[in-house]
Amino acid sequence: MADNIIEFRDFGFQYKAQQSPTLYNIDFAVKKGEKVLIAGPSGCGKSTMVHCINGLIPFSYNGTMTGSVQVAGKETRDASLFEISHTVGTVLQDSDAQFVGMTVAEDIAFALENDCIPLPEMKQRVQQVAQMVNVGDYLTHAPGEVSGGQKQRVSVAGVLVDDVDVLLFDEPLANLDPATGKSAIELIDRMQQETGAAVIIVEHRVEDVLHRWVDRVVLMNEGRIVVDTTADELLSGTYLKDCGVREPLYVTALGYAGVEVTPQKHPHNLNATVITDEEKAKVQKWFHETPAAVRKASDDYILQVRDLNFGYEKTDVTVLHDISFSVRRGEMMAIVGTNGAGKSTFSKVICGFEEPRSGSILFNGEDFSTYSIKERAEHVGYVMQNPNAMISQVMIYDEVAFGLRNRGLDQEEIDRRVEEALRVCGLWRMRKWPISALSFGQKKRVTIAAILVLGPELIILDEPTAGQDYRHYTEIMEFLLELNKKGITIVMITHDMHLMLEYANRAVVFSHGRVIADDTPAHILTNPKIIEEASLKETSLYHLAMKCGIPDATAFVQRFIDYERTSVRHDKSV
Amino acid sequence: MKKLSVKTIVAIGIGAALFFVLGRFVAIPSPVPNTNISLQYGILAFIAAVFGPVAGVLAGLIGHFFIDFSYGWGVWWSWVIASAVFGLITGLITSKMNLDEGEFEPKHLLVFNGGQILGHIIAWVVVAPILDILMYAEPANKVFLQGVVSAIMNIVTTAIVGTILCIAYAKAIPKAGSLSEED
Amino acid sequence: MTNLFNYIERDSAIHNLTGATKLICLMLWSFAAMGTYDTRYLAVLALLSMGLFKIGHIRIKDVSFMLGFTAIFLVLNTILVYLFSPHHGTEIYGTCTYLFGLEGYFAPTAEQLFYHLNYWLKYLATIPIILLFVCTTNPSEFAASLNRVGVSYSVAYSVALALRYIPDVQHQYNEISKASQARGVELSKKETLIHRLKSASAILVPLILTSMNRIEVISNAMELRGFGKNKKRTWYMARPFRVWDYLCIVGCAVLLIITFVLNHINGGRFYNPFQ
Repeated sequence: MADNIIEFRDFGFQYKAQQSPTLYNIDFAVKKGEKVLIAGPSGCGKSTMVHCINGLIPFSYNGTMTGSVQVAGKETRDASLFEISHTVGTVLQDSDAQFVGMTVAEDIAFALENDCIPLPEMKQRVQQVAQMVNVGDYLTHAPGEVSGGQKQRVSVAGVLVDDVDVLLFDEPLANLDPATGKSAIELIDRMQQETGAAVIIVEHRVEDVLHRWVDRVVLMNEGRIVVDTTADELLSGTYLKDCGVREPLYVTALGYAGVEVTPQKHPHNLNATVITDEEKAKVQKWFHETPAAVRKASDDYILQVRDLNFGYEKTDVTVLHDISFSVRRGEMMAIVGTNGAGKSTFSKVICGFEEPRSGSILFNGEDFSTYSIKERAEHVGYVMQNPNAMISQVMIYDEVAFGLRNRGLDQEEIDRRVEEALRVCGLWRMRKWPISALSFGQKKRVTIAAILVLGPELIILDEPTAGQDYRHYTEIMEFLLELNKKGITIVMITHDMHLMLEYANRAVVFSHGRVIADDTPAHILTNPKIIEEASLKETSLYHLAMKCGIPDATAFVQRFIDYERTSVRHDKSV
Repeated sequence: MKKLSVKTIVAIGIGAALFFVLGRFVAIPSPVPNTNISLQYGILAFIAAVFGPVAGVLAGLIGHFFIDFSYGWGVWWSWVIASAVFGLITGLITSKMNLDEGEFEPKHLLVFNGGQILGHIIAWVVVAPILDILMYAEPANKVFLQGVVSAIMNIVTTAIVGTILCIAYAKAIPKAGSLSEED
Repeated sequence: MTNLFNYIERDSAIHNLTGATKLICLMLWSFAAMGTYDTRYLAVLALLSMGLFKIGHIRIKDVSFMLGFTAIFLVLNTILVYLFSPHHGTEIYGTCTYLFGLEGYFAPTAEQLFYHLNYWLKYLATIPIILLFVCTTNPSEFAASLNRVGVSYSVAYSVALALRYIPDVQHQYNEISKASQARGVELSKKETLIHRLKSASAILVPLILTSMNRIEVISNAMELRGFGKNKKRTWYMARPFRVWDYLCIVGCAVLLIITFVLNHINGGRFYNPFQ
């Protein structure tokens, strides 16, 4: 059809280094001006779809193509990467890598520079596009001086300068905090309306994308398109669950309460969803019948932080102000807040990577300040976000043994402790494997094992599940829960609201270097003031409670979590 | 010179950034001036082996230039050029290796180290001292001694650091046709 | 971190020159100073460069940190040259005039001291200019300037990318290095050299592997935005040449010509007051 800007017909693709194809029998089209969400679990082939649309396949990645894929009516294999880039503008997941310019203005101008646009016209177009995405005030800022959300806006501006017909977003929410993610979705929506371009969003966080209208959702699994339909139809079936993609929480909650979700209810967005009084009563009934879990708080503190202040040497800026809170032995808690709120810096101060200006850190009641980095590691372990940044050995066994060898222990002791750590992490049978053969989640386990082997009682994990789909997320989190049950205290630094709701017993909220809340996740995510201040986002469960006339939304959210833990995951430990 | 691929251009930039960061912030000074235990040559040899001689020359040139530049002691061109020559020679000798396909057999280990040893000798015992004499009229015995000391230090550093990097990189690459599913 | 190279944003005649002009002038000036050992001329260049500091509104305290490095470096090098070759001056100037009534291999000669004076003057004539360039040229403009003076834009962009990603690489290095220390990696002098190098590799391996990944993503991002499409490209940070730009280039070219003329008159690079 003539008005299809992207069209796949019986398309398949196999990478040169792989034994089987990544995509099979893809039939899929995007009309001019249409907005489509492509969803699916990791490894379902959605990144490969992105490469096929923007021309990196076949021009940068080798492999075999079958069938046809056309962009603007032309087979991509007959076009050039540059031709395609005038039609399709891609915003990559990693906005640090996409930001190649030394300042905001230079980065926006990048495509124009490559097109040899003369200077006066270039300056004018940069101005204009920068205004559109609200980065006009930061034109001379370096990438290190702007936030993650602003970086992404710059990336959007950088492809908009080219007047493209298709905007392609590869996992736009992966590195953003909840509030910024929400405004990113709003920005994408506004850009589509202002430019009339077609929009393709590739994302596994379906609920967050559905914050704004999409015309269609394409769900992929194992290299095939499972379903290509409206959001309403999609949410009314079990498609998402079957593929291991998370449903919107309100849809799940309605399901628990026995309310049937149908396309006629318009479940694509909670505001639009029609819920009858009878159904509201069902939800209320479920709420009142679900028993509240009993919690016991101990007074046994493993880590106590008092009035901690920190700032980098060369600047006068204080990054952490009077931080005081305590971690209880054996708990699993979260530290949340925006990028730059100081949560990572805080954990670095605890581990001794940075020196505080003032304040005290007590571990098991002992002053921690005289301990070196190495000594602290025997009590507190720190696991970085990206496992690849921690792995220095080729084989799993060597990686885990590394810290012990550096400490000069004898071989027998090393063998014993490595075996124990590998067994705890479920890696014992793979001990002779090279690390390169592992998946992301397994690598994460290796890095955790390599920390556990040093014997810490507390581990701090920076964004343990960043960029992971629901299945891998669950796998990693259930593993952490296991560890926690074995007595390890766990602190997770995150901006994933689901993670905090589902797995943390308590959350400490950082904002601009201060602690602004210390409470249960259910309380925090139903408190508009804290949500606003810390750039969090209300959970949709809160709105569902409101909609169903349940005044105590916090209790409703808590009940949902308890129900999931006890009835769905059969976890008795709460 | 044939047109550089975008990947090579990026590799030069990132390679130079790595060279700079290691040379500027992680240098361990040795007793002879202008001479450091320089981890950056391990990285430069690796970049040259993966991306070829052009990447080696330019990453060395740009990285070393920036180091001198940021200290403000004037650009010591003779040594900057020597770094570039090292990148060039290592890149040329290792050009038959297929590191990015995960190949690093014992014979490649010999080629890599042969390349880096020759590269360091030519760079520090030949190029740098001669340029020092030509440009700065320095006494010959001083510059040659400095050169020999640097060459030995750098050869040892590169032999350990560079080789470990090559092995780790080759092992981290999935071999052609060996992957099933998953990216 | 934007200030890695000590760029100081001020308004001055030198700041207003284009980056390309400054780069050309820096080259011409450096060749002029490097090409001669004529004491008189070097002294003139040294004085001139200090004058330029004033015009560029750069104060000594802005660069005191860098001058400190230079001073240490020069003193060390002077001592070394003297120790290795106390008669280097005699070899160059052909005479041997012992001073202070001392004689012997390490006794000071007028020729040796004069050689050292020249050596110092040479630095005084070149370093201020480099510092001036560093302080008055916006790093963003540097790549555009390279392309302007004839370096291919691919290479010029490599330079820009290096400048862009140095802070990121540095940040990552620090993170990885701290996390390795927690696992017992030691780089201190306590350990043997070989052990230290192996430990360092434990930091470099993850750094390199993540960098290789970064190289792939960045090159994809650049290709998707049309890098390398044309034989030329324009630069957002480029500025048009003005009269002053041409005048400065001509001025520096004259300085280089003077060097050639002097070398001809002196019959070599050295001005020899001893004959």
